[in-house]
Amino acid sequence: MSVDSFKYLPKSFRPMFEDVDIEVEGAVWAPFEKPLSEATIAVLSSAGIFLKDSQQGFDMEREKREPTWGDPSWRAIPRDVGQDRIDAAHLHINTEHVKRDVGVALPLRALAALEADGVIGRLAAENYSVMGYQENGCAVWQSQTGPEIVNRLRHEAVDALILAPA
Amino acid sequence: MMPDLASKTRVSRLLGVEFPFGQAFGMIDDLDMQREVAEAAVRLLEEAQEPESRRDLDIEWPIDTKTAYRAWQPPEISPIVAASLEQIRKARREAGPG
Repeated sequence: MSVDSFKYLPKSFRPMFEDVDIEVEGAVWAPFEKPLSEATIAVLSSAGIFLKDSQQGFDMEREKREPTWGDPSWRAIPRDVGQDRIDAAHLHINTEHVKRDVGVALPLRALAALEADGVIGRLAAENYSVMGYQENGCAVWQSQTGPEIVNRLRHEAVDALILAPA
Repeated sequence: MMPDLASKTRVSRLLGVEFPFGQAFGMIDDLDMQREVAEAAVRLLEEAQEPESRRDLDIEWPIDTKTAYRAWQPPEISPIVAASLEQIRKARREAGPG
């Protein structure tokens, strides 16, 4: 099966994404040499997930005032978080799905099951959430958000991070 | 969800799914589906032997496309789309009839 990348996109948006030119220095390659069954895996979602009892939501009010701006901050989501603690702030998708089951975007239960069955070594204690609508160039993501998350992943000795778009 | 777009960033490993936005790992409360996607993602870590490896997952979204398309949309038009529409309308007004 070949995935149709534009199946759920409004037709008028298609050229914007199909013709976009993303400047990259070269292909990224990071060999994965550890057996998967011994590896620590984390996951990051761009669905704007946050913990409603202890974290601020992503700043939607500023985005409403400045439509080309998107909140570049991040949130850490613990692996065993209960669904009753989950909220989401994202103006470009219907967040009701993730508010009912965080696993649609951040598959913590699924990865815990893979851990229990020995497919992966361990699901990381902390996983991550960002809000995926960002200003052109993603300057803060590059200078601050990315390095901060990478430092925490290294501190927890995470071997691989699944980047999950929303 | 949009692997053609993600591939432009030339990532090491890419798993494509043909799912509506906001639900990259599957349906609400469908742990089997979420697990299948998550497992395919982690298996790709071992399977991929070279940069820009892409695998498209053969799972059909179990809701008809029209319904799923409507279901992923935000309740209100996003600020950037609203601003763009306003710009288009303004340009049309300024251009005048004909």
